[in-house]
Amino acid sequence: MNKKVLTTPIKDEDLEDLRVGDVVYLTGHIVTCRDVAHRRLIELKRELPVDLKGGAIFHAGPIVRKLDDGKFEMVSIGPTTSMRMEKFEREFIEQTGVKLIVGKGGMGPLTEEGCKKHKAVHAIFPGGCAVLAATQVEEIERAEWQDLGMPETLWVNRVKELGPLIISIDTQGNNLIEKNKAEFNAKKGPILEKIYSQVSFIK
Amino acid sequence: MEKQAAVQSLTDTMAKFTAYIGKHLPTDVEKKLAELRAKETKPLAKAIYLSMAENQEAANRLDRPSCQDTGVIQYFVTAGAKFPLLGELAEILEEATREATRTAPLRHNAVETFVEKNTGTNTGTKVPWLDWDIVPDDDGVTIDVYMAGGGCTLPGSATVLMPGQGYEGVAEFVFNVISSRGVNACPPLLVGVGVSTAVETAARLSKKALMRPVGSHNADPNAAKMETLLEDGLNEMGIGPQGLTGTNSVMGVNIESSARHPSTIGVAVNTGCWAHRRGRIRINADLSYEILTHEGAKL
Ligand code: SF4
Repeated sequence: MNKKVLTTPIKDEDLEDLRVGDVVYLTGHIVTCRDVAHRRLIELKRELPVDLKGGAIFHAGPIVRKLDDGKFEMVSIGPTTSMRMEKFEREFIEQTGVKLIVGKGGMGPLTEEGCKKHKAVHAIFPGGCAVLAATQVEEIERAEWQDLGMPETLWVNRVKELGPLIISIDTQGNNLIEKNKAEFNAKKGPILEKIYSQVSFIK
Repeated sequence: MEKQAAVQSLTDTMAKFTAYIGKHLPTDVEKKLAELRAKETKPLAKAIYLSMAENQEAANRLDRPSCQDTGVIQYFVTAGAKFPLLGELAEILEEATREATRTAPLRHNAVETFVEKNTGTNTGTKVPWLDWDIVPDDDGVTIDVYMAGGGCTLPGSATVLMPGQGYEGVAEFVFNVISSRGVNACPPLLVGVGVSTAVETAARLSKKALMRPVGSHNADPNAAKMETLLEDGLNEMGIGPQGLTGTNSVMGVNIESSARHPSTIGVAVNTGCWAHRRGRIRINADLSYEILTHEGAKL
């Protein structure tokens, strides 16, 4: 099977044919960006210190080691719960022109709308696989907003074939995790009915 | 041993053990993941299980924390009343956390509330979090170290049911928590359930339940039956690794309980992610030790 690799800067056409459930990899740059960075841009109206047009962000708070020569080494980097950024993401996409958002778990209707309108996608990197991801980071090129501490700093990573990335919201606004959750919820009732009849311990 | 040397020696052991559990999963969890991976039939879910295995291999080879979120460090201490360093233990564990943070290295995860500043050491007010049980006629101590990331901490919930809602209400509560919030906690999950009187008693038990081995059962036959029913039921939902659907949903369901007030049923759910990083170490009075959760572990 051929690996589908996206390269930054990502163009609208690169994403057009991708559908939820597809697996891709990323080569180029990806910047970690999570709770406070989103809040600073959207709520506090501060300018981001990195240009994300055609770029990629990673909802992640890594473990980074500072080396003796002043450079940084990526030790362990995996996705954090994307849903925490839902509140800000539509505007974030609109203001920055970011094309690929990597995280874990699903996101909601605002992000769907942003992805559809501005031709962007959300993808899931397997949570907890943080050393795997760190081995795909070639170099940390910059570190911005270091005042936020290790997890929240904007780490600018050059990556080679970062993945697997599973598309979870595509440019048509399809949402894989929301669809899955609806399925889980539909199954819940009948399964619980079977359990109820066997746990009436209070008699 | 001089007291000071003894304190230093135990600090060293606990720092090394704390760092170790961030890099290696316990044997019961590894076996369960291998079993779930073998049973999986969906290609995407299989690929995720493969990434997990690759990740653990890389963490081992490169000696790094396998997940970047090394949590707020928690120690569940079952202390013999006659353990010689009982009075020093809290300070020892705090220092061990600091040292493991530097050496592992662990992510800085202690943010002082209200001040809203990251301390940068993984220590802070009441952190590392300590939980104590005292055993009267014992001169050793058994410690569970636990690292739960934000993702698998977020689904945690507790409530107090009316007795009329019964154990049916307990089952429903567990299912609601897992189906609505479980996907973000990096499934397949280990589900800890506490059944008791109030929110805090149930919550503590639900966390203690996560310290029990995967595949173990509550000694009470009804509770054990309920563990199996919930496990099978949750698996039938087919949440799969990372919520991407699959043959299974959970590594297991562990229930811990206490006697309860006749008018209430307190119930709590805590979730452990697939990277369930906990370790149990038994320390004897002479500070020799045995690691109980990780076969072949060397510090
Ligand atoms: S839920 Fe567990 S595996 Fe997933 S990111 Fe958090 S700590 Fe890591």
